[in-house]
Amino acid sequence: MRRLTHLGTALGLLAVAAMAYAGPPVEGAMEKQATNWHAIIMFCLFVMMTMGITYWASSRTKSTADFYTAGGGITGFQNGLAIAGDYMSAATLLGLTAMVYGQGYDGYIYMLAFFAGWPIILFLMAERLRNLGKFTFSDITAYRLDQGKVRTMAAISSLTVVCFYLIAQMVGAGQLIKLLFGLEYNVAIFAVGILMMVYVTFGGMVATTWVQIIKACMLLTGGTLVMFLAFSQFGFSFQTLLEKATAVHKLGPQLMYPGSLLADPVTAISLGLGLMFGTAGLPHILMRFFTVTDAREARKSVLYASGFVAYFFNVIFLMGLCGIIIVGQNPEFFEGGQLGGKLIGGGNMVAMHLSKAVGGDMLLGFLAAVAFATILAVVSGLALAGASAISHDLYARVIKKGAASEASEIRVSKIATICLGFVAIILGILFEKQNIAFMVGLAFGVAAAANFPVLILSMYWKGLTTRGALFGGYGGLISSVLFVLFSKSVWVDVLHNAAPLFPYAQPALFAMPIAFLLAYIFSKTDSSVRAGHEIEAFEDQYVRAQTGYGAASASNH
Amino acid sequence: MSSAMYERMRANPKFKELVSRRGRFAWTLAFIVLSMFYGFVMVVAFNPAALGQPVAEGSMLTVGVAVELFMFIFFWSLTAVYVKRANSEFDALTQEIVKEAWKENK
Repeated sequence: MRRLTHLGTALGLLAVAAMAYAGPPVEGAMEKQATNWHAIIMFCLFVMMTMGITYWASSRTKSTADFYTAGGGITGFQNGLAIAGDYMSAATLLGLTAMVYGQGYDGYIYMLAFFAGWPIILFLMAERLRNLGKFTFSDITAYRLDQGKVRTMAAISSLTVVCFYLIAQMVGAGQLIKLLFGLEYNVAIFAVGILMMVYVTFGGMVATTWVQIIKACMLLTGGTLVMFLAFSQFGFSFQTLLEKATAVHKLGPQLMYPGSLLADPVTAISLGLGLMFGTAGLPHILMRFFTVTDAREARKSVLYASGFVAYFFNVIFLMGLCGIIIVGQNPEFFEGGQLGGKLIGGGNMVAMHLSKAVGGDMLLGFLAAVAFATILAVVSGLALAGASAISHDLYARVIKKGAASEASEIRVSKIATICLGFVAIILGILFEKQNIAFMVGLAFGVAAAANFPVLILSMYWKGLTTRGALFGGYGGLISSVLFVLFSKSVWVDVLHNAAPLFPYAQPALFAMPIAFLLAYIFSKTDSSVRAGHEIEAFEDQYVRAQTGYGAASASNH
Repeated sequence: MSSAMYERMRANPKFKELVSRRGRFAWTLAFIVLSMFYGFVMVVAFNPAALGQPVAEGSMLTVGVAVELFMFIFFWSLTAVYVKRANSEFDALTQEIVKEAWKENK
């Protein structure tokens, strides 16, 4: 009953936010567009559906296992959709379409880099993750090491990644919603933050998973529909499409050549490493591997997820190319009706304009709702990952040393979710004017340098000790953050210094070796008795990693 | 999840077989993906012009697009191959190992 009243209060809050939607558009806000009713109605339908699911999920969320991992009862196919939903953010839909629109082939190269990490995760990590972990990836790094110290380290780097990723998503959400729905930036930020808190606190992983599944289906359907309608204008001929696109694009035939984006080999390789191994170190992605029954389903999830991701990237590539002609040659979409000028709403709006051009206001409304839903789903997954780092790692294992009751652990994670929600709202408002690209870069860079090396070493290298893990983890975290801080995108563009101290934008190529090297050196030189025990304990861990015997099961633990 | 169970499983020759067979398979596939992907990144960095060539005279399809599309499909096929083999052959072997360790337990 108490849960019901909570839900009621939350719905009340939402209604307040919804009323703000209906307010008249503020005059004079240049970038803001007229209130888009199609989008708002469709989005409200999405919210109502997901609220219904949250209500249903709240009755099924009783134990910590339910809250963190949906009781481990998600099937491989469902989890595959949810991973795809978690991984493909609004940046994918809008940013990559815009990149293809502006730079052609370069955008396609980026997509391959985003995709290529998945097979590697499957071959080297998926089954070990499932066999060793329970709720968070720190369960694996701390499996045979000092619980308190290693979990604290893993929780700090998880929270760092989550916060930077949250900023990027929140700022993106605010700007997008301002444009699409004609809402105030701050209202949009509050709406996202509050909805996220409701989903996660009441529905835990069950609700979050279903929000992601629904959103993934909407994204795949909407994208495919727009691509289909747009591509049909070229008789589904790639030849015709490219002939027309290269004829009108300012790059001309260069459109299909690798361009300036990856011209420098160090940046290209560093970006490749960061995207590939950053994916394998994102806490909200790793967490999804604990929601399935066993290693078998974990493998299947990657198969489905990577299939959806690969398919959708190719859809986006076609959307971007069609946009060059359909959007790029239509003065209606440019400010002041000037072809080649500034796109209405900014460069990221290509996908939206394309949907309007091929499907009218209905399709635009649908795609706008999809974009909002996408942000909401990704933000919810992040909040849950951050909350579990606080409640499961810091509270239950470090502070209470494993003696916390399930009820108190769930309570802490709900409080943590609400705190993270407010942190996300505040950060979103503080960073409104900030360039969000470097936040995403930082999140992937930190994940690749701080989370991935220690995680993979703990699974594969017998010799890893607590001391090595701590130096490797903190070393990777600090060096990747510093490399980004000293790079051009922060040191010059944000802090207005004359020249960057670190010449490359991508930290992974440099910070990852530092993490591996520190972990190796400080493990090798660790001759304590404790280290000896930790190395011995690897044998049992190894058998469990290989066979799954003793792994946290889907039923109660 | 006693240590004795793990000890018995480790001693089972089938365990070594599982580890070496699956390890070899997984690392081979990982090596193929990594070398193709980073090989491609190298071409992007050092010889971008090669990727802009059309696959055939008069065709708008470039080598770069064809190669990438191939990699999307090929990498995904590799995941399918791995999942198929792991979910049948390796899982069956794993179950045997666990079962045999249980039997010895009794």
